[in-house]
Amino acid sequence: MLSDRASLSLRIAAGLGLLFLHLPIALIFLYAFTTEERSYAFPPPGLTTKWFAVAWQRPDIWEAFWLSLQVAAIATALALVLGTLVSAAMSKARFFGREQISLLILLPIALPGVITGIALRTAFGEMGIPFSTLTIILGHATFCIVIVYNNAVARFRRLSGGILEASADLGANAFQTFRHVLLPNLGTALLAGGMLAFALSFDEVIVTTFTAGQQSTIPIWMLEELIRPRQRPVTNVVAMLVFAATFIPILLAYYLTRNGSDVAGSGK
Amino acid sequence: MPAPAIIQPKGLSDRLTALFWRRPRLLLGLLLVPPLFWLGVVYLGSLFSLLIQSFYSIDEFSGMVVPEFTLKTYAELFRAANLDIIIRTLLMAAAVTLGAALIAFPIAYYAARFAKGRWKAVFYLGIMLPLWSSYLVKVYAWKLILAKEGIVTWAAGITGTSSLLDAVLALPVVGGGSLSTSYIGMFLVFTYVWLPYMILPMQASLERVPTSMLEASADLGATRAQTFRTVVLPLAMPGVIAGSIFTFSLTLGDYIIPQIIGNSASFIGMAVYQLQGTAGNTPLAAAFAVVPILIMLAYLGFAKRAGAFDAL
Repeated sequence: MLSDRASLSLRIAAGLGLLFLHLPIALIFLYAFTTEERSYAFPPPGLTTKWFAVAWQRPDIWEAFWLSLQVAAIATALALVLGTLVSAAMSKARFFGREQISLLILLPIALPGVITGIALRTAFGEMGIPFSTLTIILGHATFCIVIVYNNAVARFRRLSGGILEASADLGANAFQTFRHVLLPNLGTALLAGGMLAFALSFDEVIVTTFTAGQQSTIPIWMLEELIRPRQRPVTNVVAMLVFAATFIPILLAYYLTRNGSDVAGSGK
Repeated sequence: MPAPAIIQPKGLSDRLTALFWRRPRLLLGLLLVPPLFWLGVVYLGSLFSLLIQSFYSIDEFSGMVVPEFTLKTYAELFRAANLDIIIRTLLMAAAVTLGAALIAFPIAYYAARFAKGRWKAVFYLGIMLPLWSSYLVKVYAWKLILAKEGIVTWAAGITGTSSLLDAVLALPVVGGGSLSTSYIGMFLVFTYVWLPYMILPMQASLERVPTSMLEASADLGATRAQTFRTVVLPLAMPGVIAGSIFTFSLTLGDYIIPQIIGNSASFIGMAVYQLQGTAGNTPLAAAFAVVPILIMLAYLGFAKRAGAFDAL
């Protein structure tokens, strides 16, 4: 007979697997409060909140934080426009080259980040574009498009073509249909896609190291601390805050789309 | 006579609507031009310029890039030291893929087949949150875990398995001074970081295994293990392969983890980063970058034949 209950060993293996996924992250929270300055000693000799105050007063952290915020916001906005356009076109019609275009959209995240990074770097170098905030944004928008696209195209698939025809029959022009019919229907999918794109951009490091000039985003700041640790407890605090900054948009994206068949985030 | 049932166009937007209706291709073109300009020009253009760079060479005396077509740079890839880097990266990618598949399977299987209602949501978020949460923070967490004074050493001390840990670290090649400076540590971090990418496609393909098929198998007298081996596993294979595309590709290109965890042996991603940065040898860096592209293209071709794209 077909059993509806999992065997004990499967339940243990699945449970341990989930623990394996989450324990390391929990540890970050513990270490943000440690009193130990020089090493990663476990268990922490004592707990303190003073590192939050120290981190708060560091201008380099604030600068990196604002830059990350700025880059993520602009890259997300660009990706939202471009991703929506391409998903509208792809769900609207079958046309020559459609397969190739869908491959092209996927490419920036299918290829290893180091390749996207070095490709953009050589291209910027050859065109004589100086590395700046702009080049970071260009890089981020490239791989954020696919995130928005995935969410929007899933919603388009569920949307019946009939409501667009109904809108036209009732006398709405293309722009009115977009504003009053399409946009409200796409709304949560775009919001979710935007949140995920934001989270992805906010903590992206691989492409950024190639396209940034002298500036540091928060992940680049963290990477430098990882390679050459200066003040470990401050890094612990920043790590926890970065985790929180990406955690919240992801959770929001999930709640925005959880009632649909295609939940945001099932593909990164 | 009644007025014709056609609303007269008022203003530009109505006229455009009529135009789009008569020429749907025009609208399609307008929708596609901006994103395709971006991806086609900015991105493909960049990839193309990278490819061209890989056919240039570097002047040994001046250290300047010589912009003339040559295969010399590619020949350099086959020097022993460079070949070592490529083989080391491939072996690591294969090991990580295997490890991730083994850990991922029970999670994906339970989530797809047995988790109901509330637990379904727990599993979904439990896989999604680590997938999307900050990559660097995850690597950092493992730096804390694997450090000599960290939690693993502490746990081994408490449970009296310190000698076992020392024995593992004393292993040739994969061992090292501490977990955070050994291949074992690097393997663990890679497996951890890419694990969700393996779980999701696996779960998707397992969810598509029809319950009726499992019932039929049970009715025909198969034991749980037989059903699993002969029905579930073959049907889950496309998902496994789809997941392996991610774990393999991501490991091939990563240069952060080998820099932070491990014994500073070079990997493809690191070689690319260092060659174009400090060494200033962009042509060789570009040639190195072409290696994972070729490997992934071959891998994707194989995956497509195995039906893995339906599981994405």
